[in-house]
Amino acid sequence: MKERIYLDYAATTPVDPRVVERMLPFFSGTFGNPSSVHWFGQQAEAALESARETVAGALGARPEEIVFTSCGTESDNLAIRGMAFAQREKTGAQRIITTPVEHHAVLHTVEQLVELNGFKMDLLPVDQYGMVDSEDLRHALRDDVALVSIMYANNEIGTINPMAEIGKLCRQRGVPLHSDAVQAAAHLPMNVVRDQIDLLAIGAHKFYGPKGVGALAVRKNVGLHPSQTGGGQEDGRRAGTQNIPYIVGLAEALKLTVDDLEARRRRHVAKRDHLIAGVLGNVPGSRLTGHPTERLPNHASFAFENLDGNHLLTLLDATGFACSSGSACKVGDPKPSAVLNAIGLSQAWTLGSLRVTLGESTTLDQIESFIEVLPSLVNKVRGAA
Amino acid sequence: MKKGTSVVVAMSGGVDSSVAAALLVEQGYDVTGVMLRLWSEPGKEDSNRCCTPDAMAGARRVAAKLGIPFYALNSQDLFHDVVVQSFIEGYRNGITPNPCILCNQLIRWGFMYETAQELGAEFMATGHYAQVHSKPDGNVELRRGLDPDKDQSYVMSVLTQEKLRRTLFPVGGMAKPEVRAHARRFGLTVADRADSQDLCFLAGQDYRSFLARHAPEVVQPGKIVQADGRHVGEHQGLAFYTIGQRKGLGVAASRPLYVLEKNLANNELVVGDEAHLGRSGLTAGGMNWVSGTAPAEPFEAEVKIRYRAVLAPAVVTPQGNNQITVHFKNSMRDITVGQRVVIYNGEVVRGGGTIQTSFNTIEEPA
Repeated sequence: MKERIYLDYAATTPVDPRVVERMLPFFSGTFGNPSSVHWFGQQAEAALESARETVAGALGARPEEIVFTSCGTESDNLAIRGMAFAQREKTGAQRIITTPVEHHAVLHTVEQLVELNGFKMDLLPVDQYGMVDSEDLRHALRDDVALVSIMYANNEIGTINPMAEIGKLCRQRGVPLHSDAVQAAAHLPMNVVRDQIDLLAIGAHKFYGPKGVGALAVRKNVGLHPSQTGGGQEDGRRAGTQNIPYIVGLAEALKLTVDDLEARRRRHVAKRDHLIAGVLGNVPGSRLTGHPTERLPNHASFAFENLDGNHLLTLLDATGFACSSGSACKVGDPKPSAVLNAIGLSQAWTLGSLRVTLGESTTLDQIESFIEVLPSLVNKVRGAA
Repeated sequence: MKKGTSVVVAMSGGVDSSVAAALLVEQGYDVTGVMLRLWSEPGKEDSNRCCTPDAMAGARRVAAKLGIPFYALNSQDLFHDVVVQSFIEGYRNGITPNPCILCNQLIRWGFMYETAQELGAEFMATGHYAQVHSKPDGNVELRRGLDPDKDQSYVMSVLTQEKLRRTLFPVGGMAKPEVRAHARRFGLTVADRADSQDLCFLAGQDYRSFLARHAPEVVQPGKIVQADGRHVGEHQGLAFYTIGQRKGLGVAASRPLYVLEKNLANNELVVGDEAHLGRSGLTAGGMNWVSGTAPAEPFEAEVKIRYRAVLAPAVVTPQGNNQITVHFKNSMRDITVGQRVVIYNGEVVRGGGTIQTSFNTIEEPA
């Protein structure tokens, strides 16, 4: 059996064994419903509230500002839909400012609000790296803005937005700011909620926690319409019996991440830069996408001229390397990457993207062998076209 | 010997290719599943007979169950530019093209075969009912599938020695009930889709409406005439009729009339009695001789002029330049220019080519 090397940590990460360890008692042992009055319920509630404190600490928020959800996408949906309706009710504002390079969890939610509920969408321009210019935001922040939603770091090209400046501008204008921090959570400081960001969405499986659980930090005095109604859990903001083992897992994974953040960054950056130099130096017609320095420490993304990115992914996988692409598609019908369009790449480049994201198990040897095989695979794909 | 030999298997989500993949896994091959994404008319992707999202999900489920990697291969542009365009071009030229032949030649045993090589595979396998037999001299023979109702050797007649040597047909030596029994044994709950001769990209619709949308210029109404030139009616466009067709001509006559011929130069559809459908022979070009060499002498053979036609005894005369002349023992009806003629000796496929003309002996070209 050939060795398989996983280089797609932005898609998902393995669950840290320490996290699994913390989750296990809450399946069959401490199984109570945290809403129950009795002792079984109280034990579960204790685990839930302890997890909430941990997450609040990591995000620079207060425990009552944390809402647990089923994933990052749900957190984005709750933040945007909940805030858009609440703001329109409060102020009549109905413009939502966002960017063309957001994850679909954000873009498709805003688009639905436009189509079904009469909201208006303003797309901020992004520069050649996919970054928002705060000057553009300043001009866009008019009176009738209900909400701004700008991602912390881009999933496809890794670029980090200047959230401090963006947050300051929104705060000055009194407009709530949501940030999709799903990709950022594994690598960037998250304790920014109180100062700059009103709503912040994360999902556990991107930082060595389990799939199927996420969180949304909601600043205290920000009203939010629930998008899932029912038993009033999560302070009425997200109904449904809480998934205690997974919430415990999310909290533990986030704590481990925050404790290790700087060391993790250093481990990744050296390997990432070696990878980037190796690819750009050995593959003709290649370019880095996203910002050269203001990017996620584990994230390398490329565009190759005149290349079918999906075909390259297939050959890479057959060779033992698991990567991703902005136009990745499992049914053989790739579309040009919208993100690459937005940063101004021409058609010759937008189908040929490759994302290589490193993780805790990635070694320099693995990167070396990746750099060694990539040029010949690129040649094969270009030859087949 | 098979242990670890790498095979790429074309999967469709149907029972034949799923069992083919399962058998290869069972035999110890290192198996990778692939499925071609072919071209569909925009908005009709859900109706493409070969590769609907449902079919792809089905194939993916089978691959997951077998524990093998699975990839969708995008050949939409290639399929459109090569297969669909020549389909349209064929009708423009007044013939009845067979796009499945071209697809097998240039997409399946072209693009997919090459991709299989890129993936490091020694063999490409499909769920077709045909058989490859090795001969003592190192060459291989293409033979009919064991199940006469399912035999697909007709379309496989495009394959060369080089490709056949690297092709496996795991169910080719089985009858359909045996394949179904294997499916049950492997616990494969795959849909046993009804066989269809519809073209995949027609999305279940008639080819006439496809042509009207994509090549309106071929839809030129004209005269229906009899062999003696007598004007008996109007046709809607030559492309809308097939040789031997009786129904739907819209001609009132005292006896049944059949389409005998299309006269592209005058845009006339020639009709006549059933007796005049019969032809004594045909010429064909672009022959692929499976052995790799054209026979030097005329030989007796059984000949098929359509996928579902019966085998007809004939004498085949190689003419050089990959041309042949076929003289049938008995008069043959419905010979259609543009369709494939395939030459058999018993179970063995000798070769195949594209029908160019049909004739009666007295009018045989020199």
